[in-house]
Amino acid sequence: MSGANDPYDPKQVAALSPDALAAGVAAARRAFDQASNLDDLHGAQSAHLGDRSPLALANREIAALPPAAKADAGKRINAARSEVRQMYAERLALLQTERDARVLVEESVDVTLPWDRRLEAARHPLTTTQELVGDVFTAMGWEVAEGPEIEAEWFNFDALNIGVDHPARSLMDTFFVQGPDGSADSGLVLRTHTSPVQARVMLARTPPIYIVCPGKVFRTDELDATHSPVFHQLEGLVVDKGITMAHLKGTLDHMAEAFFGPGIITRLRPSYFPFTEPSAEPDLLCFVCRGESVGNPDRPCRTCGSEGWIEWGGCGMVNPRVLRACGIDPEVYSGFAFGMGIERTMMFRNNAADMRDIVEGDVRFTAAFGMEA
Amino acid sequence: MRASVSWIAEHVDLPPGLTPRELGEALVRVGLEVERVESAADGISGPLVVGRVLSFVDEPQKNGKVIRWCSVDVGEDEPRGIVCGAHNFAAGELIVAVLPGATLPGGFAISARKTYGHVSDGMICSARELGIGEDHAGILVLEADSAKPGDDALDVLGLRDAVLDIAVTPDRGYCLSVRGLAREAGAALDVAFHDFTMALPAADQGAYPVTVADPIGCDQFSARAVTGLDPTAPTPPSIAARLHAAGMRSISLPVDVTNYVMLETGQPLHAFDRARLNGAIDVRRASAGEKLTTLDGVIRVLDPDDLVVTDESGPIALAGVMGGASTEISGETTDIVLEAAHWHPAAISRAVRRHKLPSEAAKRFERGVDPRIAGVALQRCVDLLVEHGGASAAPGYTVIGDGPAPVTISLPANRAAELAGLPIDATTVRARLEQVGCVVTTSTADESTADESPADGTTADGLTVDGSTGNGAAPETTEPGGLFTVTPPTWRPDLTDPADLVEEVVRLVGYDQIPSILPSAPAGNGWTPRQRLRRSASRSLAEAGYAEVINYPFLSPAVHDAFGLPADDERRRAIRLANPISEAEPEMRTSLLPGLLANLVRNVGRGSRDLAIFEMGLVYLPAETTTPPPPRIGVEHRPSDAELAAIERTVPRQPRHVATATAGEFERAGWWGQGRLSGWADAVEAARTIARAARVELDVRKGDIPPWHPGRCAELLLDGAVVGVAGELHPRVIAALDLPPRTSAMELNFDAFSPPPPAQAPTLSNFPPVLLDLALVVPEEVPAADVLAAVRTGAGQLLESVRLFDVYSDPARLGSGLRSLAFALKFRAMDRTLTLDEATAARDAAVAEAAARFGATLRA
Ligand SMILES: [Zn+2]
Repeated sequence: MSGANDPYDPKQVAALSPDALAAGVAAARRAFDQASNLDDLHGAQSAHLGDRSPLALANREIAALPPAAKADAGKRINAARSEVRQMYAERLALLQTERDARVLVEESVDVTLPWDRRLEAARHPLTTTQELVGDVFTAMGWEVAEGPEIEAEWFNFDALNIGVDHPARSLMDTFFVQGPDGSADSGLVLRTHTSPVQARVMLARTPPIYIVCPGKVFRTDELDATHSPVFHQLEGLVVDKGITMAHLKGTLDHMAEAFFGPGIITRLRPSYFPFTEPSAEPDLLCFVCRGESVGNPDRPCRTCGSEGWIEWGGCGMVNPRVLRACGIDPEVYSGFAFGMGIERTMMFRNNAADMRDIVEGDVRFTAAFGMEA
Repeated sequence: MRASVSWIAEHVDLPPGLTPRELGEALVRVGLEVERVESAADGISGPLVVGRVLSFVDEPQKNGKVIRWCSVDVGEDEPRGIVCGAHNFAAGELIVAVLPGATLPGGFAISARKTYGHVSDGMICSARELGIGEDHAGILVLEADSAKPGDDALDVLGLRDAVLDIAVTPDRGYCLSVRGLAREAGAALDVAFHDFTMALPAADQGAYPVTVADPIGCDQFSARAVTGLDPTAPTPPSIAARLHAAGMRSISLPVDVTNYVMLETGQPLHAFDRARLNGAIDVRRASAGEKLTTLDGVIRVLDPDDLVVTDESGPIALAGVMGGASTEISGETTDIVLEAAHWHPAAISRAVRRHKLPSEAAKRFERGVDPRIAGVALQRCVDLLVEHGGASAAPGYTVIGDGPAPVTISLPANRAAELAGLPIDATTVRARLEQVGCVVTTSTADESTADESPADGTTADGLTVDGSTGNGAAPETTEPGGLFTVTPPTWRPDLTDPADLVEEVVRLVGYDQIPSILPSAPAGNGWTPRQRLRRSASRSLAEAGYAEVINYPFLSPAVHDAFGLPADDERRRAIRLANPISEAEPEMRTSLLPGLLANLVRNVGRGSRDLAIFEMGLVYLPAETTTPPPPRIGVEHRPSDAELAAIERTVPRQPRHVATATAGEFERAGWWGQGRLSGWADAVEAARTIARAARVELDVRKGDIPPWHPGRCAELLLDGAVVGVAGELHPRVIAALDLPPRTSAMELNFDAFSPPPPAQAPTLSNFPPVLLDLALVVPEEVPAADVLAAVRTGAGQLLESVRLFDVYSDPARLGSGLRSLAFALKFRAMDRTLTLDEATAARDAAVAEAAARFGATLRA
């Protein structure tokens, strides 16, 4: 390195000549332009902007110049170095842009590949249908009540005006729990409906009562396409002052629309149940043909058998005898109750054809329903 | 109840042109469940005509049979030649011939065919071939002059007659009769109904000597007699066809007539062979051990609660249910005593259940028979036996007992309007009640206090309720406060309460008139916290990859042997059903696992391989000590709390459990690489998933509980109590149940979890953390959970979180019986930037704690 007091060497000073500087700039431009990738450019940068580059070496010579020449030479060399840096920055930006674009192309993937590492979430449609029932009714201020599945006969029958010798008692196809002596006289049954929950609620509370009771029930039917010895019911009960059959109809209509869509209403047909009087069977307007298949042989409907209506359960005004047995004064309060099969409702709503698919627990069936039925 | 439309039409003025379908729809509107409208002609097409056999030749065949080659006039220019195998007809008699081109029930197509050396140009029909009876011994011979050759036999036989198939609810016993159906049709269509109006003889007790020792069980017993019956007299086709349409077999004229009249009037009748009766008839309860051979040939041991009809030989009929064999009508019977009684419905109901002997008679008695129809029914029987059987009516008409006393019901005039939510004025109430046969008188409200409704001993309903509260006032009636006194007709024993009368009124006004009004409930609380917890736990499992199943709760005790449960295991103590669907599964589950594992096997059998399933449901645990059945408690009023508690004590505990089972890959293999087989850890994690939903932490410790693998079984504890078990199943159990290898399972008592209180928000520090790793070498038998706990305790307040991230064992490098557990520790202070020295000191304290508890050393 040359010091300030070094003797003046004209040969070296030639490096500061305008021509020499121009040649250095041109050499750098060539080198940068020829660098086709960032590594080459990095090498060119060291050669033309590094400590050993011609311009850097020339810069050191300034110290050897006479003071008068220093300023002039300094200006020249700074301009030259600045130009080279600018050239480098431009080339660098260009090559980086190219590199980035190339990397993005290289990193591209087949986004259609599956990612099915985890097993599918699948809740049973009977569970989610019961939850839907609860959602619809809790939204109206009702509550969801539940009770035991092995139930005292008193709750399952007697309290509901189904006395020991009532024909309906033997029509219920009841599972009886074996007593300690081996007989069927344990006083316990597998509940044949969720109505005992209604009796329990009426005994435990004072009106107003607005409850819906979904749950598992049992009848001694063999499993086939439409029957199962174990199935699910949803029942509703309202006990309040001034309750009428119109309120029953309004509730059923609301539920029908909530389940099957706008315009699907119900109609009531007189019927008989021991725990209601008057009693009715609600029919659901066929949600497929909306009744348009009736008397229209060109457009038969398989869902309703071209009847226009589908049987949907049972209902009625709570029998005053039931209210009395449950400690509610029928002179002050009236009420209604309704009940329908969850499986049947689900088979309609989800177009399930066979009861066996619902009860057998084949995961392929359940998987189709995901988190909501 | 199946009944021909023509039969119904004999008692009601059906509007002209009314189709059977329209009749059915009208009956549906008033509450009858018409399941089908059909006709016997439905299966018949093509020419079916009346023919007269002009002459025939009996031709013996090589096979020993003798066929008849008949010349039959079917109303055409020339007679037809028809081959017939039967011989029960004579030349000149009318028969039914089916001609080529026709089809008979069952799709049996008729064509002219060569048989026995002749071309038979049709076929002569038996009752069974026409689908109207069982008789196949001979062909159907029509009464002389009942038709002429060429007449359409469908019309002559009444086969075009439509049949209504009606499901009758238990309250409508009177609709198990043509009389009742006709009355309903009259009310539904507002047309006149015609009841029986025949003259009856005066009761003189002269038909047969009868006593009734049990007037509670039998409040009326009536009898008539006939003599000189021709035992060979056939049942006329018109009666046989109606019986067949009603679904009853034709047996003999006397039996057919009693069935026919039962269908017509609703009064079940019984025919005794007078020659086989020994002395006077009595009605009483059976003595214990007494025996009776019923008509079905079964010897029945009688119960002291059974009502029986007796003569001097002992019981001759199980009253109201089935007759006895000893006095049965036979092929020689000429003199008959006919019984028409009124039995106590509950007594009949009990007998049916006790002897498992449902019958058409019992079905009617159980539901209530009109006590005033017996005389009519007996007269009809006598008349039909005289007309068709050549019998003579014997003198005398025995009637013992008056039947039940009529009831009266007080009905506020506006009660129907109030309950229906529909304006129904008092005039309409009266008119509709009269239409069903009630006698309605008006009384004032003051009189009503003395009025009783005797059926159930409850006092009559008094003044109307103020409807201005709750869901709004009922519509006004013309006579608010007015009160009707209503006497229901004798054929409606089901009408006992005001509400019953309301139903009669409203169903005839029409349920379709009822408006639709949504009631407004008071503000509610939505799902209960416990219900919400159940839902979120169930969702969590599903989202973790489990599919929900809902299994039958029936249990085979054999599965407990496969599980290897010890003899005294609590899970073996199960509630047993008296009448299970399958004798192989007579018990109620005490655990969800048997069902879940069977489900796993079924799914594997159907080709699924990677399975994770769960169930949430009740298990049923018998009481510790055997509980006697609860006392019978009445329903006239609310039971006392003590009575309710006595019932409640008998109801078994039914906790809700949740369980999982897995097999195959829990994370699948794929283009990303290897899959991961499910195993014991997934089972434990499923339990933790449930616990997280309840925002509690489960403690896990090693267990040894069948059916789990003794080395891979975790007991799950909540607040120190075992609430579940998880792990891989025992290889023996897997083999015994044919489960996939390494099947793992978990079961928890879900009721042990409480809905979480509101979550507590954490206080977050924004100062930087210090991250330090720590590897501790401990004896292998020290559970990781314990080491983790020691690290937590030792590290103290500055420890924000700790995670076990590696387990390593290598006897060569660590020494045998030791393993290394590596933890990632994150330290952070709430109020300052933590220095490395502070964090290191805390970590050293953690090491010291683990060293003190387990002799842990820092891994070099
Ligand atoms: Zn339809």
